[in-house]
Amino acid sequence: MSEAGMEVKAGRLEALTDAPTHYCAGCEHGTLTRLIASAIETLNIRERTVMVDSVGCSVLAYNYFNCDHFGAAHGRAPASAAGLKGMRPDLTVFTIQGDGDAAAIGLLELLYAAKRGTPITIFLVNNGIYGMTGGQMAPTTLEGQVTTTTPHGRDVKLTGTPLDVSKLLAGIDGASYVKRASLVVTELAGPRGSVYAIKNLMDAKRSVENAFKVQSMGGFAFVELLSTCSINWKMPILDAKRFANTQLMKQFPLGVYRDVFGVEKK
Amino acid sequence: MSSPAKEQRYLKGNEALAYGALDAGLNAYYAYPITPSSEIPETLAKEFETGKYPGYKVFLQAASELEAISMVLGAAATGSRVMTATSSPGFSLKQEGISYGAGMELPFLVVDICRAGPGLGNLGPEQGDYFQATKGGGHGNYRLIVLAPNSVQEMATFPKLAFDLAFRYRNPVLILGDAFTGQLKEGVEFPQLEPARFDVSSWALTGARDRPPHLLVSLELDYAKHYKHVAAMYEKYKRIEEAEVRFEEFETGDAEVVIVAFGIVARIARGAVNKLRARGVKVGLLRPITLWPFPSTALKKLAADGKRFLVVELNTGQMLEDVRLAVGNDVAVDFLGRWGGLLPSEADIEGMVNRLEVTAA
Repeated sequence: MSEAGMEVKAGRLEALTDAPTHYCAGCEHGTLTRLIASAIETLNIRERTVMVDSVGCSVLAYNYFNCDHFGAAHGRAPASAAGLKGMRPDLTVFTIQGDGDAAAIGLLELLYAAKRGTPITIFLVNNGIYGMTGGQMAPTTLEGQVTTTTPHGRDVKLTGTPLDVSKLLAGIDGASYVKRASLVVTELAGPRGSVYAIKNLMDAKRSVENAFKVQSMGGFAFVELLSTCSINWKMPILDAKRFANTQLMKQFPLGVYRDVFGVEKK
Repeated sequence: MSSPAKEQRYLKGNEALAYGALDAGLNAYYAYPITPSSEIPETLAKEFETGKYPGYKVFLQAASELEAISMVLGAAATGSRVMTATSSPGFSLKQEGISYGAGMELPFLVVDICRAGPGLGNLGPEQGDYFQATKGGGHGNYRLIVLAPNSVQEMATFPKLAFDLAFRYRNPVLILGDAFTGQLKEGVEFPQLEPARFDVSSWALTGARDRPPHLLVSLELDYAKHYKHVAAMYEKYKRIEEAEVRFEEFETGDAEVVIVAFGIVARIARGAVNKLRARGVKVGLLRPITLWPFPSTALKKLAADGKRFLVVELNTGQMLEDVRLAVGNDVAVDFLGRWGGLLPSEADIEGMVNRLEVTAA
């Protein structure tokens, strides 16, 4: 964009295309897209990055990230990422998975990529639901949460309790970096109504950068990012953010679950 | 040009296939063990340790067939020579990735050492995966180029042919063997040929440096664009059908009956033809080497010459349908099938031909 002869970058990142995203209003996928693109630029790795597009809300990421893309089958992103990385260890390979993709149909691929210590970076967006397919129960769906396949609320006697993927990976020796952060802004009471704090986002930004650094150090990096899905949760956007900051975060506490290289301290 | 150096060895079919793949410049192998194909990953694991093949960068045993084939896709996306082998139940599982790979037009090699099915079936030889191999196998509109070796020698030489075809057409290639060909031990020669080089720079994922990004995805939400993509794939398939049909004819010239058989069955049928010919029975053999593209034109020509056909397969009649499609309804097509791990003997085939009342000279 040029204005009065002055180059105005208007925040455009080279790692992003000009295409507007398809993400719903209030969804944090767009935020994550921005954080990842920013990390790619900070680390100057765009020209040697391949993104593996998984199945779910990030399936159209090839329209947004200005880098090479590979489209994996549902759940298999870590396997295809491992295939790419094995042949081209010089490339940075990453994927954004959803909770249905990574924690249900692709749990084996995720666990084995971690177990082998495959040097790839995986971002898991946990919004407690299958977003792209229209709001069905995910492994991460909370007890009692209403989805299109749990119309009377999730019955944990029948379907088990929510799966904590970060906790699961914390027990895998091959994983170098496992962290749970949140993409959801927090609401604070201000003198003239609510204000929103981005403390979580700043931490998510650091986590995203760390996840790429860990890959360059030869390690498997996994960052789970709590997110909302106001459309499928059938909540107004701000209610969804409140729900994420209370119920979702209670079930899935933020924190560093593994940090073999100590990148969090640096 | 001097004739290429040849190395002679005595190997199992599966072992020969592994060495053939290495000679063809294999870069990566993704394994999942399943009988009767396991000598392929075992041989390739052993050779990986030796470091004798500098281009051979990855041997990895996956946690499932699904993981293995998805690793194949990722590795193939870099333009590397990548392969996986399995046997029937594993071949079913691999269909997911094969469909994605066909949609992305990735070159890679899959080997199915076919055993008896359905389900776990047993470990004996069968050709019951013919439909799955030649009609697509996974979801959507696509074809694999399918090669059917009938000897340890062909197990050794087909991987090079398979990689050449895969890269020439940017399409997955399948070698469809069977438990018998995989386990059979024979003398084999390795022609030391240089692997052909193919330019992958227009599509391989290597990082978008000084060029626009490369996208290898099977998703296309714009229906008109997806229509065009699949139509272009079908144009490619037509070119393959025109250029790459391979088959072998034996004693078909004056034959009244032409046996159609592939793989190990063609070996048995050839023995039967020799015995019948010794008694003056006018019988010949057509062996499809590519099961897709199928030698329909050659069969049509034989049918036009007034010949009748006997299809012999290790299944309940799968290639039989393609033979009938090729020759039409007015030509007699008989069938001899063995399945469940059993093979027909030469005498079985001779008996069947005799029952067809072919003229004896």
